[in-house]
Amino acid sequence: MKAPTLPAQQLVETGTTTTKPRKSRLGRRTTRSALLFLVPFMIMFLSMKMAPIFYAIYQSFFKTERSGLGVGSAKSLFAGFENYFTALQNSDFIASFGRVFLIGIIQVPLMLTIALFLALLLDSAFSPFKRGFRLIYFLPYAFPGVIAAIMWSFLYQPNIGPFSGWLSAIGLDVNFLANNTVFFSIGNMMTWGFTGFNMLVIYSALQAVPEELTEAASLDGAGWWATAWHIKIPAVRPAVILTAVFSIIGTVQLYNDPAILAKVAPGISSTFTPIMAAQQQTAANNYNLGAAQSVILALVALVLSFGFLKFTQRKGADS
Amino acid sequence: MPWRQQRTPFSARAFSLIVMATFALYSLVPLWWLVVTATKSSQDLFTTNPMWFADFNLGQNIADVFNQQNGIFAVWTGNTIIYCVGGAAIATLLAAMAGYALGKYEFPGRKVVSNIILAAVLLPAILFALPLYLMFSEIQMVNTYWSVLLPSLVSPFGVFLASTYAGQAIPTELLEAARLDGASEARIFWRIGFPIMTPALVTVFLYQFVAIWSNYLLPVLMLNNDTLQPLSVGLVNWRERLNEGIPYSVTITGSLLAVVPLLLAFSILQRYWRSDLTAGGVK
Repeated sequence: MKAPTLPAQQLVETGTTTTKPRKSRLGRRTTRSALLFLVPFMIMFLSMKMAPIFYAIYQSFFKTERSGLGVGSAKSLFAGFENYFTALQNSDFIASFGRVFLIGIIQVPLMLTIALFLALLLDSAFSPFKRGFRLIYFLPYAFPGVIAAIMWSFLYQPNIGPFSGWLSAIGLDVNFLANNTVFFSIGNMMTWGFTGFNMLVIYSALQAVPEELTEAASLDGAGWWATAWHIKIPAVRPAVILTAVFSIIGTVQLYNDPAILAKVAPGISSTFTPIMAAQQQTAANNYNLGAAQSVILALVALVLSFGFLKFTQRKGADS
Repeated sequence: MPWRQQRTPFSARAFSLIVMATFALYSLVPLWWLVVTATKSSQDLFTTNPMWFADFNLGQNIADVFNQQNGIFAVWTGNTIIYCVGGAAIATLLAAMAGYALGKYEFPGRKVVSNIILAAVLLPAILFALPLYLMFSEIQMVNTYWSVLLPSLVSPFGVFLASTYAGQAIPTELLEAARLDGASEARIFWRIGFPIMTPALVTVFLYQFVAIWSNYLLPVLMLNNDTLQPLSVGLVNWRERLNEGIPYSVTITGSLLAVVPLLLAFSILQRYWRSDLTAGGVK
């Protein structure tokens, strides 16, 4: 498109100053076009995102009662908050939040520390083979989560995976699928899958840090670590916050890894994570309770991610 | 900057290399194991070194994968392409149009729409799987292609990214000039907006592709029928059905076959992730 910009601007200017109606006609035309561009997405958005949420909320306020011995026709009755009380008193459901919290509180900070550290190393002038390392760190993210979970479920098995053998060679007998170690096994799967992605986000932010800043620090005699701590890390704070929000949301929605490991690890119950718990209720035809659990889970996810965003923004404003 | 090279002590470079190589090993060991193991016969799987090759049996294993259950692996592959490639392509187109509208037009209600979409970004697709299942089972749509494909066409993150990118990268003067030349709004979008947005749209496509691939809960809930399932659900079923005669080697080789094309594609396209992801980041 080699449109002459100058005459065009003149035309626009004359249009705005002399003939007002033309401008409003253009305004109407662009508004209508904007809405036409939006319509296909909005139809899908409303029917595939908003409608299911409202349907789940609606379902969560009803209960199904069957007459006779549970074989008669089902009647839907308004139940108020009954399903929510039932969900919040369900110890399995509450415990599932506890497990996810326990995994997240250790795994997320650990993963982000590694990601930040690797990004700083990749950004530094002295590190070798940067391109190769960057590509390698990205590979696990390109690896679909479900297939990764299948792969790890084999890797943890002592008869075909290598890790049990290596550990027993140094005198450690570790069963990756035992009731307690399975928490670490799941945390490891999450770390393996997402550290590279988070590192890449932080790394791209690091590249946007002005060269003069870091050079000035070097000339003032600041070492690599001092430069990183005082200049680079504060500069990439927004990127680190972004990865933290992504990771928190990722932990709340934990499903694939434990659901697939559950087949080989007897310690993983069918209500191990909140999504698994809600799925179990749905599978047992407790649609209304499953809906209430889904709504609670979505609310928790929203509150956590919004809360974390607000918290970090306020902290940023204070300092 | 030669002075920096001289100033950096050898120990710093060695330290950096060791740390980065250690993490590279951590990333690669599972992949190496998968490649090595996919080449082994069912017997060698349990008796040989898990990290090194035994008798090379990859061809036989691949044949086994495609012969298992009357060749259902090929059907699953086709389904995955429909769900992931088809879904991500249409989702990208919808996101491009919506993002362009939000990024380049002033109209009443623009802020409201943007904020609703932004809020939806914070709720991941998997959280919608159960509500969608409840809704689709009410309208008898479960166990169809549509039950998995339709929800995959919506990418709020894609719209968010596309609108940010469109707002920054498409010069408004260019659009106005085209308008004065008499081009229709649709033509302006296709000939000017869409080409300029292409780098961001590649990111949107990749992102949505990964999102559909990894939303395993949605197809698990929606599809009972073997022949409608994507590779992910099918392979997990094989993993579970060891006692019904699905050998480990078939599942492991099938997993490798399911990811190799993806890994290659991502290795080629990974540069698109660099700048564009943070362009839409939290500011």
